[in-house]
Amino acid sequence: MTWYKPADVGFATRSKLADLGYAARLFMRLLTSIVPTFRRFGLVRDQLHFLGNYSLAIIAISGLFVGFVFGLQGYYTLQRYGSSEALGLLVTLSLVRELGPVVTALLFAGRAGTSLTAEIGLMKAGEQISVMEMMAVDPIQRVLAPRFWAGVVAMPLLAAVFSAMGVIGGWVVGVLMIGVDSGSFWSQIQGGVDVWQDVGNGVIKSVVFGLTVTFIAVYQGFEAQATPEGVASATTRTVVVASLAVLGLDFILTAMMFTI
Amino acid sequence: MQRSKNDVWVGMFVIIGAVAILFLALQSANLLSLNFQSTYNVSAKFDNVGGLKPKAAVRSGGVVVGRVESMTFDDKTFQARVTLALESRYAFPKDSSLKILTSGLLGEQYIGIEAGAAETNLVAGDVIGATQSAVVLENLISQFLFSKAADGATTPAPEKK
Amino acid sequence: MAPTPSSSLVELRNVTFGYGERVILNDLSLSVPRGKVTALMGASGGGKTTILRLIGGQIRAQSGQVLFDGQDVTRMDPTQMYAARRRMGMLYQFGALFADMSVYDNVAFPLREHTDLSPEMIHDIVLMKLNAVGLRGARDMMPSALSGGMARRVALARAIALDPELVMYDEPFTGIDPISVGTSARLVRQLNDTMGLTSIFVSHELEQTFTIADHVIILANGKVASEGTPQDVLHSTDPLVYQYVNAQIDGPVRFHYPATSVEDDFGAHAGVGHQKFGVAR
Repeated sequence: MTWYKPADVGFATRSKLADLGYAARLFMRLLTSIVPTFRRFGLVRDQLHFLGNYSLAIIAISGLFVGFVFGLQGYYTLQRYGSSEALGLLVTLSLVRELGPVVTALLFAGRAGTSLTAEIGLMKAGEQISVMEMMAVDPIQRVLAPRFWAGVVAMPLLAAVFSAMGVIGGWVVGVLMIGVDSGSFWSQIQGGVDVWQDVGNGVIKSVVFGLTVTFIAVYQGFEAQATPEGVASATTRTVVVASLAVLGLDFILTAMMFTI
Repeated sequence: MQRSKNDVWVGMFVIIGAVAILFLALQSANLLSLNFQSTYNVSAKFDNVGGLKPKAAVRSGGVVVGRVESMTFDDKTFQARVTLALESRYAFPKDSSLKILTSGLLGEQYIGIEAGAAETNLVAGDVIGATQSAVVLENLISQFLFSKAADGATTPAPEKK
Repeated sequence: MAPTPSSSLVELRNVTFGYGERVILNDLSLSVPRGKVTALMGASGGGKTTILRLIGGQIRAQSGQVLFDGQDVTRMDPTQMYAARRRMGMLYQFGALFADMSVYDNVAFPLREHTDLSPEMIHDIVLMKLNAVGLRGARDMMPSALSGGMARRVALARAIALDPELVMYDEPFTGIDPISVGTSARLVRQLNDTMGLTSIFVSHELEQTFTIADHVIILANGKVASEGTPQDVLHSTDPLVYQYVNAQIDGPVRFHYPATSVEDDFGAHAGVGHQKFGVAR
């Protein structure tokens, strides 16, 4: 397609809009499939195991490392203003409000999102989706929906694990290694972190990210070209689009939730 | 799921919805300054603008009546020249005075405008003469210390018993 | 009022189908007799697999009717389509088994999805179907461990799990060893006769096809070039059919892809070639 021919540009715009519309319809279809999907909870449970349990290691360890870094960076910055006891508060608020949901979503997109896209794309390439249609089984209900809902359920849980490990990491570095007072570390957290405002909003964020990332992964797999190159490019597209979407949505959600 | 002829329209609808959400989010966060009021510009000179920033509020009696448009340095008079954009629906007399105030104890700085008693009103391009600069904390503290030292010098030191 | 059962289970009437400007089926009409084994043959890309997909309702014809047992597939709503597909079984070229399930689970899949049968009943039915294709002992193997021929037989067992009326085979004899070809051919025939099925299969394998088929349809240029019993087709005078069944290299389907003339490429006027290799004029 050439950039200067109006007909080509018009056609490309139309086809992109049509793709967006199709994706929106598929999203609504998946959202409305919640009741029949959870009726066959076995499928969701299996997918929850693949998406959630297998991501647990990377999420937990990343959380720990991020907590370490936060403990270090936070301490050096805070102690300049004599507020190093607020380290616990700094670490917890940053994690629970922002880093927990966002970094977990990015990691989830990279690890679980790509595996979803590749799996569904390969099923499509091996004609398994087609044969399911011919057997009068709706592939969207049987294949896509359980994976979608498993991702939506897994995300907030993983984000919580990330944040928790981060706080522990911050404690290890701040209290054990540097020597910030343990009592004030935890009491600052109790005083400054509001369950509904901070933790609740973080959970809402991670649910929204879960919907977004899992949907993008599942959609890219479902629409992939049925060739090896097609599946490969669909996988990279999942990571790119999901990451950008997460960061963009984070801005919008933060603006709506945490304004003064 | 089949591709439908209506997909293009659904796509457009999604984009419109996304723009609407973005607009709502930014508005609620006060990050957009969509000002549809017409304004007229006046300028004033200050010795010290302190922490005043462009887009800071101009308030009269606590209500926002305009915004700080821009601030420049006049190297002939060695003063700061501030341009204010006042909303057209509010008219102030020509001898109104400006003060740089702080909201709260350590909050942002804004310009307070107090109406004078003249019969004619400010028009676009006028220069306001009566201005009071910002309070600079360091000057205040050094004033206090000097006055304390001056008091200490005139009163004799108490005898230690 | 129920329609009287016609002698053909599947019928295509004046079907036109294409992708964009490329027309694959051009005003095609054919019928598949009930209870018999029908072979669909023709040049590659000629629309044979397309016809199977049209019957299954996976793609929609631009014009014409596709009738399954008297009902037009192109006009069915999802419920009717669902009911119609339950009466069909489709066997894909490479089996298309679900890679994450064992052979047993693959064959049990349609039973578990569409019926409320108890696990014991499902167990019996699955083993019966696997026995029919000779793979009852392979029930716990994973698809990745199966050979091509075995995978196809498992897919066949899965296709007949719900006892359909129509079974469609997409190139069941392609790419497997002669023993498996013979086995598959015999299975197609046997299942058709013992279960009272109607079978349609797409194939390029002349010998086995003519052995087991009752009815042969040869496609060319988007239309039916020849149809009838294997004997009729073998002795057809149509040049296209003649070239096809006798596997001749040249005929209506040319050997050479359209190109410029031989003189232009190799002769004295071919400048570039001469200069490059320094051939003396």
